[in-house]
Amino acid sequence: MDGLFLSLPFADDCAMIPLSDPVLHVDGLTKSFGPVAAVGGISFDARRGETVGLLGGNGAGKTTTLSMLLGLVRPTSGTIRILGAQMPRERHLALPHMNFESPYVDLPKRLTVRQNLEVYGRLYGVRQVRKRAEEIAEELELSDLLNRPAGMLSAGQKTRVGLAKALINRPQLLLLDEPTASLDPDTADWVRHYFEDYRKQHNATILLASHNMSEVERLCDNVLMMRQGLIVDRGAPGALIEKYGRASMEEVFLDVARGTGRWGELQEERGPEVQEQIAGEGLPL
Amino acid sequence: MSVGTDDIVKSPLPLGGNALTRIWAMVLRYWYLTRSSGPRILELAYWPTVQMSIWGFIQTFLAQQSSYFAQALGVLLGAVMLWDVLLRGQLGLSITFFEEVWSRNLGHLMVSPLRPIELIAALMTTSLIKTLIGLVPTSFLAMWFFGFNIYGIGLALVAFFFNLILFGWGVGLIVSGLVLRYGQGAESLAWALTFALAPLCGVYYPVSVLPEFLQVFSYVLPPAYIFEGMRNIVVEHRLDMSLLIKASLLNVTLISGAAALFYRFLRSAEVRGTLLQIGE
Repeated sequence: MDGLFLSLPFADDCAMIPLSDPVLHVDGLTKSFGPVAAVGGISFDARRGETVGLLGGNGAGKTTTLSMLLGLVRPTSGTIRILGAQMPRERHLALPHMNFESPYVDLPKRLTVRQNLEVYGRLYGVRQVRKRAEEIAEELELSDLLNRPAGMLSAGQKTRVGLAKALINRPQLLLLDEPTASLDPDTADWVRHYFEDYRKQHNATILLASHNMSEVERLCDNVLMMRQGLIVDRGAPGALIEKYGRASMEEVFLDVARGTGRWGELQEERGPEVQEQIAGEGLPL
Repeated sequence: MSVGTDDIVKSPLPLGGNALTRIWAMVLRYWYLTRSSGPRILELAYWPTVQMSIWGFIQTFLAQQSSYFAQALGVLLGAVMLWDVLLRGQLGLSITFFEEVWSRNLGHLMVSPLRPIELIAALMTTSLIKTLIGLVPTSFLAMWFFGFNIYGIGLALVAFFFNLILFGWGVGLIVSGLVLRYGQGAESLAWALTFALAPLCGVYYPVSVLPEFLQVFSYVLPPAYIFEGMRNIVVEHRLDMSLLIKASLLNVTLISGAAALFYRFLRSAEVRGTLLQIGE
């Protein structure tokens, strides 16, 4: 039976989850800020080794959803289970095994790259943290920058340092919020390539919120399309492109965001009953 | 997707964190920050030294004019140095917390395995280190310039020190919690709140000189008992243990309440979704 379970090596806690269970399980998740429903009841799973894209226009609820998964925002209702741990109650069980990267959240600017990695490595309980910091810096081609203050880096370098911080604990679940925003095409391509390799090497699960549709097409196994706080459609990028009769995810995105094209037709075909199902659980993959 | 047993071989990095390693990580983070700037280190001792010098000269002058101050050598210097324990302790905690707000790093910390109680412990440890860096040199300068040896208070100094810094931490936690709840607009309270309480704490004079209705407020403030106790030792050379016990009991209540308030404001920031916005 041992082979069916993944042992999570916590120092002060120990959890076992069946390998077949989803790494991330979200059920009926809602968040309201006063009268405004930012997330209106979403459900989805992400399995081991899968990259799931979270797509939607501004205000669709992507960042609120990511923030709830990370424990930065308390859900109004619903269930989040990460690596078998019930969030936010059992967050201490899951947090050492997940991590997060966003170009919109800074690392301390006065600390050097090495100091930042060392501090975060220790927070995540990484053993031989200095060695690990050097190892991840080498992987991300940051070795020459280790002794430079984080505040003195270019946008591309900052993104790579943020990524190094996000990978310092070699997470099983990686949450990425527009990880290649503000990067030049060459660096962005390099970063995407790194994500692909990381997922393959470590069988990690990635949840990616992005506005870059070519990135989504390239990286994601499945995509959750969000609009007004709901998952309004979901599926593999290729399947969605085919379903909407479009040439790219960019065009599918525009149809959903504007309520035009095949999206509008699908809404009519679905009728109110199916639309209600979409609002509650989203469509099946 | 199907998952084989090979995945176990590629299982994650062995992790070995516990509360102490996380607290140490944060103390290290603040130490790196402090040592990255010479002026920051200098500032830790600068204001206590300036304060000590001013009050040292005032005391020298008063000792020439008044038999009370001539007999009670060091009563003002002792008061100002103990007051700085409270003030530096409070600022050491609040400003260290603000550093996370200013650097917009709270988001990263709150999604790490660091627990709020561990963050509080790290802030307190850092505050203790900063207070000692600021005040130990000042205490030796007071010996050198004014012949006042604060260590002459004896073991009671340790009790005074911890009671005052505990009170400072309590105020610091309340201020930090208010910043979590109301945003950076509440930062000015870090300086204002402690100074607003100073007249009631009887730092330089006995609480009995205050109007009666103010004395009621003084006696719920632990520092009022500590400064009273300090004057007892310096002037009358006796230690009143009942004052220490009252101060300690009040401090335990205060620090528990302050930690609960900080925790409540943190949860409130999670509910309102403002943790990522604080500092913008």
